[in-house]
This record gives sequence, structure tokens and C-alpha cells, in this order.
Amino acid sequence: MVNTGDTAWVLASAALVMLMTPGLAFFYGGMVRSKSVLNMLMMNFICLGVVGVLWALFGYSWAFGDDAFGGLVGNGEFAGLANTIGHFVGVGSDSAPWPGGDALPALSFVMFQLMFAIITPALISGAIADRTKFWAWTLFVAGWVTLCYFPVAHWVFAFDGFTGADNVGGWIANTLKAEDFAGGTAVHINAGAAGLALAIVLGKRKGWPRERMRPHSLPFVLLGASLLWFGWYGFNAGSALGSSDLAAVAFTNTTLATCTAVLGWLVVEQIRDGRPTTLGAASGAVAGLVAITPACGYVDPMGALAIGVIAGAVCALAVGLKYRFGFDDSLDVVGVHLVGGIIGTLLIGFFGDNSVNSAALGDNGLFYGGGAIQLGRQALAAGAVLLYSFVIATVLGLIIKSTIGFRVAEEDEVTGVDETEHAETGYDYSSLGGGSGIAHANAPTRVDAP
Amino acid sequence: MKLVTAVVQPFTLHHVREALEHLAVLGMTITEAKGYGRQKGHTEIYRGSEYDVDLIPKIKIEVVVPDELADKVLDAVAAAARTGRIGDGKVWVTAVEHVVRVRTGERGADAV
Repeated sequence: MVNTGDTAWVLASAALVMLMTPGLAFFYGGMVRSKSVLNMLMMNFICLGVVGVLWALFGYSWAFGDDAFGGLVGNGEFAGLANTIGHFVGVGSDSAPWPGGDALPALSFVMFQLMFAIITPALISGAIADRTKFWAWTLFVAGWVTLCYFPVAHWVFAFDGFTGADNVGGWIANTLKAEDFAGGTAVHINAGAAGLALAIVLGKRKGWPRERMRPHSLPFVLLGASLLWFGWYGFNAGSALGSSDLAAVAFTNTTLATCTAVLGWLVVEQIRDGRPTTLGAASGAVAGLVAITPACGYVDPMGALAIGVIAGAVCALAVGLKYRFGFDDSLDVVGVHLVGGIIGTLLIGFFGDNSVNSAALGDNGLFYGGGAIQLGRQALAAGAVLLYSFVIATVLGLIIKSTIGFRVAEEDEVTGVDETEHAETGYDYSSLGGGSGIAHANAPTRVDAP
Repeated sequence: MKLVTAVVQPFTLHHVREALEHLAVLGMTITEAKGYGRQKGHTEIYRGSEYDVDLIPKIKIEVVVPDELADKVLDAVAAAARTGRIGDGKVWVTAVEHVVRVRTGERGADAV
């Protein structure tokens, strides 16, 4: 039977996660220069448009259909959202046949998971700010979610018997038994690895790194980070797929890890740079949210505090890697999402505690008497997603680069992509050039007919 | 007539304006300007990477005054804008050939 409380929470969570993509747009948009703020917002917003369509046509089915092609993706049973209206998803048991007492309307799950599929490619955009052709990016989003996100979501998020009594799910979740509650691998490592690939394929911005590029609006960055934090409750606590104790645990862990990550990042800044910055606080919050994403349903609150502070401090140091290796990951998708995703995914191998989550398929972490086996599984899952995404994004990026071109002309980059790609300007606070409305003393007046 | 131009620290604008009112100078034009001199710039830090800001915000003040008032205005502006630290700015005086008041068409000193 459909559980109305669970359904209400999952639908509300879907709306919360939807808000994360515009939130991310402002987080990123504030960090670019004012001449490319609109392009940055658009690279995120277009994901809402494109991925929604692909999800309905075949994406949901590839992610959550019964295993096909040797487990690479799901089959086509839900293509065009067939077999969803009036159908349910859920977990059966011996006492209650599938879909069990906690069943959700299939479409509530379809919409909840859609929002994940939207924000994941949007995360990549930060790696190639200021220099990307808009339609080339849009094409990349369509290709990457098709070839990379839908398969990886299947590996990680499709549990055996969830979308159908006999449906076989993905290998990372069910066979490997790596744990990823809300998308440390499928979302953050996936997007981070693709961001690294595209930063390399597109190359550096003109002038980088000699010319440092100052964020044009830190209030936007903090506003965006705050919207992300808010929406992330849907992302993480919603991933419990029910109004349950587990949802409250995930909510609590999400909060606590983010708190300590803000502190961790700011302490590193104070020691290294002598000042705690707004950008650091916003970045620390996001790093904490990223790292707790895979772990929030598998660790206890004290584990969450530890994961957050580690993620905040390590990511604060990791954002400097791009200068050492010379890739222009403009807004630190690698330093925050790839590194943060890896930290969270691996730390489950230390802090994982099955007493938190009775449905956990994996083993306890090292600090909870489980030995190293879970850490090994976590590392394998992280490595597999990282490698797969990096390869797909590189190949797709090179194909686009060599056909329609991925990068704007150098003079357009200097002028600014807002003007050259969108024919718009983000800000006009000047009073010059508008119609004044004040009568001009010598203006020609209407001549009445004699 | 003389044009007195001053490039000063933005926060001294209020003092300069008061000083000019004491001299019965009834109008002024200001422009938000940026520049550098011996003050140099300052350094900002974004995610641990340093960003040098070498063009510093200033206010440019322009006042047209009768010849006999020019020296007093120059001194008054310089005194009002002075903090004694590097970056206080400059004041200079140049000759003005003609002035027309747009609304009335008055010319010369009457227009000031």
C-alpha cells in the first residue's frame, strides 16, 4: 500500500533538490567575473530543461529498469515513463509482498531521482567557466547524462527489487555492496571527474593563472551556498525515501558535517592566509555537504562531525592543486566535489555503523569493528566511477571540440561570454543612456494643423 | 576663472564639501574614480590564492571658482582631505576660458 507520509516527504524532497540547481547557479555565478555571470547561470539552468526531457524519454528507465547489457544500464521497461502511473516502488518482505507497506507512487520516485540527474551535470559547469560555447555545453550535458550519469545511477542507486519485485539493480549497490546513501560516487565523484576531464580538454582561460580572476559577487556565492544547504536536506534526508528515523539521522548528519566543515575550512584559511573569508565559509559548507552525502545514512552523528571537519580542511588545501598541476578548473569542481566525494565515500569505510541503518548491505567500518573490507569496497566504487566518468567525459569533450567546437573564440572570451553567447549584460546600474522622460526645452513639439 | 580638481580618499568627501560651503562655493561635481600612486594597492585572498588590487577607489572633485577664490579653495580642499597617510591624493588648479550656465545662458563669472 502507498504510504502517504513517505510520499509527502519524497515529493517535498524532490522540490527541495530542484532548488539546488538554481542555488548552485548562484554559488558558481558569484564566483565568475561579471562579464560571464549570465552564462554561468544558464549553463546550470539549461540542465533543468535538457535532462528533464531525456529522463522522461529513457533516462529513468536506463537508471532504474531491470539490469540490461550485462548490468551497464537498466532496460527500457519505463521508457516514456511507461509502467509508472498507478504503479508503485518499494521493498517487499516475507510478511508483506512487494512493494511492501512503505510503497511510494512510482512517479514520486521518478521526480525525486530526476533532480539528482539534473544537478550532477550542472556541477561540472564550474570547471569550464567563462569560455564555453553554450550549445556545445548543452550537447555535452545531453551526451554525458546519457552515457555516464544514467548508467552510473543504475550501478549505485538501483537496488534489487525496488522498482519491480524481480528487478535486478546495479552492481555497486548490490554486488559490490559499497555504500553510497545519496550520491558521493554517482553525483560528486562522477561530476568531479568529468569536470577535471573538461578543464583539460578545453584548456586554460586566457591569462590564467598569471592573471587572477576575482569573484564578482561574494554575496551571491553565500546565497547560493545557503540555498544548496537548504536543498541538500531533500537530497540527503529525502534519500531515506520515507518519513523515518533514518531520514532524521540523515538530516542530523547533514547538518553536523556541514557545521564542522565550515569551521575546518576557516581554520585552515586563518592559519595559511591569516584571514577567514566569506568564500571559504561558503566553500567549506559545500565541501561538508558533499562529503556527508554518501555517508549520511550510514554513520552516527559523531562520525558526521569528524567527516565534516576532515572534508572542510582537506578541500581547503585541495583547491590549490590546480595551480600545481596547471589545469584551470575555474571554480574548483575537482577540489570540492571530486575530493569531497572521495573523502566521504572512503570515510564510510572508517565510520560506517550498521546500527544506524538496518537496511545497510555493507559491513561496519574500521572504527566500528568491521575491518578493512568495507573500505576496500568503497575505494573500488569510487575508483570505478571516477575512471568511467573521466573517460566518457574526455571522449565526449574531444568529439565536441573537434566537430562544432567547445570553446568560444579568444576575442569573445575577452569581451565576455554573456555578450557574445547570449547578447545580454548581467548588470546595468547606470542611469546613462535611458529615456529620461523629462521634457526637453527645445524639443520639437507637435505642430497643429492650421 | 579657475578649475580646481581634486582626487581624494572617498571618505573625506564630506569634509571637503563642508570646507567648500564655508567658502560659499555653491556647487561641485564628483566622479567615482580609480587610480594608483605611491599608495600602491592591497591584496585580497580567494580560496588561498592572492589577488592584487592595484587600482584603488578615489573620488574626483571638480569645482569652477572665480580667480580670487582659487587659492583659498585649493588650501581648503587640501586641508579637508588630509589624513597624513599615503594615498591622500592631489589637488590642482587650471585656468578656465569660458563658462556658460545652461539654463539662463549667463556667461563668465556670473555663470559660476
